[in-house]
Amino acid sequence: MTAIKSTLDRRTFLRNSILAGGGMVIGINWLTGCKNVSGDAALTMPKEWFDINAYLKIGDNGVVTIFTPNPEFGQNVMTSMPMIVAEELDCDWKNVVVEMAKHDPEKFPNAMFGQFTGGSRGIMSKWEPLRNAGAAARHMLREAAAQAWQVPMDEITTEAGVLFHKNSGKKAGYGEMASAAANIPVPEKPVLKDVKDFKIIGHSQKNVDGKKIVTGKPMFGLDYKVDGMLIAMIAQPPAFGMKLKSFDGSAAKAMPGIKDVFSIKTYNDGYEKAGFDTNAFPELVAIVGDSTWEVMQAKKALRVEWEPFSTYTETVSAWGNTRKVSVPAGLENSTDHFAKMEALAAKPGKVVRRNGDPEAAFKKAAKVIERSYSCPHLAHNCMEPMNFFADVKGDKVKVAGPLQAPGFIEPTLSARLGIPAENIDIEMTRMGGGFGRRAYSHYMVEAALISQKVNAPVKLMYTREDDMTNGIYRPAYHATYRAALDENNNLIAFHVKAGGIPETPLAADRFPAGAIDNYLAEEWSAESNITIGAFRAPRSNFIAGAEQSFLDELAEAMGKDPIEFRLELLKRAQENPVGDRNDYDAARYAGVLELVREKSNWANPPAGVSRGVAAYFCHASYAAHVLDLTIENGKPVVQKVTSAIDCGIVVNPDAATNMTEGAVTDGIGNALYGEMTFKAGAAEKTNFDKYRMIRMSEAPKAIDVHFVKNEIAPTGMGEPPFPPIFGALANALYKATGKRVYQQPFLGDRAMLG
Amino acid sequence: MANFTLNINGKKQQVDVDPATPVLWVLRDHLNLVGTKYGCGIAVCGSCTIHVGGVAMRSCMLPVSQIGSQEITTIEGLSENGDHPVQKAWLEHDVAQCGYCQTGQIMNAAALLKASPHPSDEEIEGAMNGNICRCGTYVRIKAAIKTASAR
Ligand code: FES
Ligand code: FES
Repeated sequence: MTAIKSTLDRRTFLRNSILAGGGMVIGINWLTGCKNVSGDAALTMPKEWFDINAYLKIGDNGVVTIFTPNPEFGQNVMTSMPMIVAEELDCDWKNVVVEMAKHDPEKFPNAMFGQFTGGSRGIMSKWEPLRNAGAAARHMLREAAAQAWQVPMDEITTEAGVLFHKNSGKKAGYGEMASAAANIPVPEKPVLKDVKDFKIIGHSQKNVDGKKIVTGKPMFGLDYKVDGMLIAMIAQPPAFGMKLKSFDGSAAKAMPGIKDVFSIKTYNDGYEKAGFDTNAFPELVAIVGDSTWEVMQAKKALRVEWEPFSTYTETVSAWGNTRKVSVPAGLENSTDHFAKMEALAAKPGKVVRRNGDPEAAFKKAAKVIERSYSCPHLAHNCMEPMNFFADVKGDKVKVAGPLQAPGFIEPTLSARLGIPAENIDIEMTRMGGGFGRRAYSHYMVEAALISQKVNAPVKLMYTREDDMTNGIYRPAYHATYRAALDENNNLIAFHVKAGGIPETPLAADRFPAGAIDNYLAEEWSAESNITIGAFRAPRSNFIAGAEQSFLDELAEAMGKDPIEFRLELLKRAQENPVGDRNDYDAARYAGVLELVREKSNWANPPAGVSRGVAAYFCHASYAAHVLDLTIENGKPVVQKVTSAIDCGIVVNPDAATNMTEGAVTDGIGNALYGEMTFKAGAAEKTNFDKYRMIRMSEAPKAIDVHFVKNEIAPTGMGEPPFPPIFGALANALYKATGKRVYQQPFLGDRAMLG
Repeated sequence: MANFTLNINGKKQQVDVDPATPVLWVLRDHLNLVGTKYGCGIAVCGSCTIHVGGVAMRSCMLPVSQIGSQEITTIEGLSENGDHPVQKAWLEHDVAQCGYCQTGQIMNAAALLKASPHPSDEEIEGAMNGNICRCGTYVRIKAAIKTASAR
């Protein structure tokens, strides 16, 4: 048994009352339906629930409700987080009902670590709290049984939701002891299980929402409905760099089913924005009516004049610093972005890391290899477009919908409505995808403003066109790599210079920093009024592909096997690291490369396929892929991807495998086709007829996922497998065609646009 | 506005809507059948797939006035208890990530298997290419279709 000190604030163990209303939970357990049990036996709901802590409650019949604190967008936390609690509670997974917790900053304090889905930090940050929650409850149940049976607590064991006292032969289900347990003081340092004793963690469990998903039950924000609810849509500027001038809503308002047309402003004037208050169009025209179709028609009849805005500054207070951010005027073009990036890349950047004397090493090099890489903006294109339900009644607010970071948007909403946060009830629905986009929930504030104005419950829905053109895009990036080789083809210096519109993708302390004596990293950036934000593995999603393509080219120039070359560098970083800021663990990094080498049978590729390899470290995890490609009818066909991941303990292996498959497929799609372009400020791709998404026939024929087995506390999972697939694909394409690809999308039409 | 009597999932349903209203919005807004999803509204993503007269169709550009007496099946009516072979195969393979596209995928797959009970890989790809899954669950979708087809 391992005792780890609880880092939880006692407040997170707040017990509201021991007799919480049983009516609160109307969960149906679908788990049994997936486990060869005939029929879909729903669990009988208990008469009485006993709240043990913020994460769980136990019914008098032994049914356990476990709350998932973090919002679900397909990463399967609805299942994996409760698994962690159930493990330490030592209950029977079949008796578990899972519920999405409401936003509750008191129970789950801290916006970043409380209920935030993003940065692959869900399981990583909740591992300890969730284990502690289950272990504390188990402790309290054992203590309650010890008191009832008048025996020492350490003689009480548990198994699958039953308490046992061996000597006396006494036993009791958790439900029988739940009311007494709820009165036991919460232990400061509950004893946790040994990893090797895990029975639920590490054993694949089916998605608890699986049955609801395949039967089309209402669960997404767009499915949310209450009586008397109106539908709202927005009209937004047709281009970045423009704002509302005036509008005439009379024709729209006269159309059937339309209630009102008015403008809204997401922020109070001069509002100091928080880090996730990114918002393309803070002033919009809202159209409200009875039904979606009627509002869609009225939107067409709306007359709006837009005008270019002048450069302005806003104050952003985020991550502990407050700064003025300039939003430049102008109607931007993607072609100009690329020209600008090339010009800036040719100038000296800001040096962010230097080891040794890179300049001298380049001077004396026998050979210098220099390559540049770039990528365009990307739209998130979540399948469920942005939407939110809001019902603002006087000073009470109910909002419900898809969002990744309730704690970040609540202060914004509170300030804008002038209603205290404690009067705001945020319900988090299942999200039809997020990928970073729903960390920026301005659409929730918009919905609330609309509801307040029309004094009725409202569901705001973006059309696909609104969604795609009102983006918080992945920025356009550029990176130039240089390597110096001596006359014996040894790598003697490495230089990376990277920037973007409007931020750099550089992570200067990542591999191969630390592995090369003479190393230089520079960055630059250029202002833009096109809103950007987190997109699955921000920055890494570009720089990994660039770096891993360059290393491939370098290995070839040095006459080395690409995996062997990386392993040699990692060995150097492990044994005798250069510098002391290296942010990766060279041994774990090498571990995924060795595993993927073995599992892909690297030395003996199947006949006729071209192979590429790449690896990357981000979000505290390591991922490597080997991608096998053939060219058929002039098109690349990915026959197989072999993946090796080190994300520490894997809570739900099949779900983590699914997520890796998704990351691989998503990465291949974005690498080959993904691209948002702008012309005179307007997002040119407005729907899936123009924005090419990967389709089934273009997805890999097989994906074979392997996890490094260790007992390290879980690290990131949703993002890490995504960045390196870009590199593995680029390297395989080179093997297949003899041509290196430097610009994403690899099969795009940028050349024509230029 | 006009009155339509629709035959949906074996039940007659009355709606009074603009005849141009796409079936998608009739289902979602007027009949509370929200399993059919909106993804693009221009018939290119497959999220809104339903069966009309047993054939998979995209409901987002299908005006309600064109339905007449044809039988409509939505995900809610595909099976009584969520036990259609395709739904069961989906659970077995735990296909979903976010899940948003999956009802459209299932409806399309069910129609495919009805028309061609043992489709080849190429046939599956050809039939399913119209359904986008942003989460990238294609490998599992294909595996689940094969499982269902083996039943
Ligand atoms: S919503 Fe109908 S095909 Fe996309
Ligand atoms: S599962 Fe998310 S779009 Fe398919």
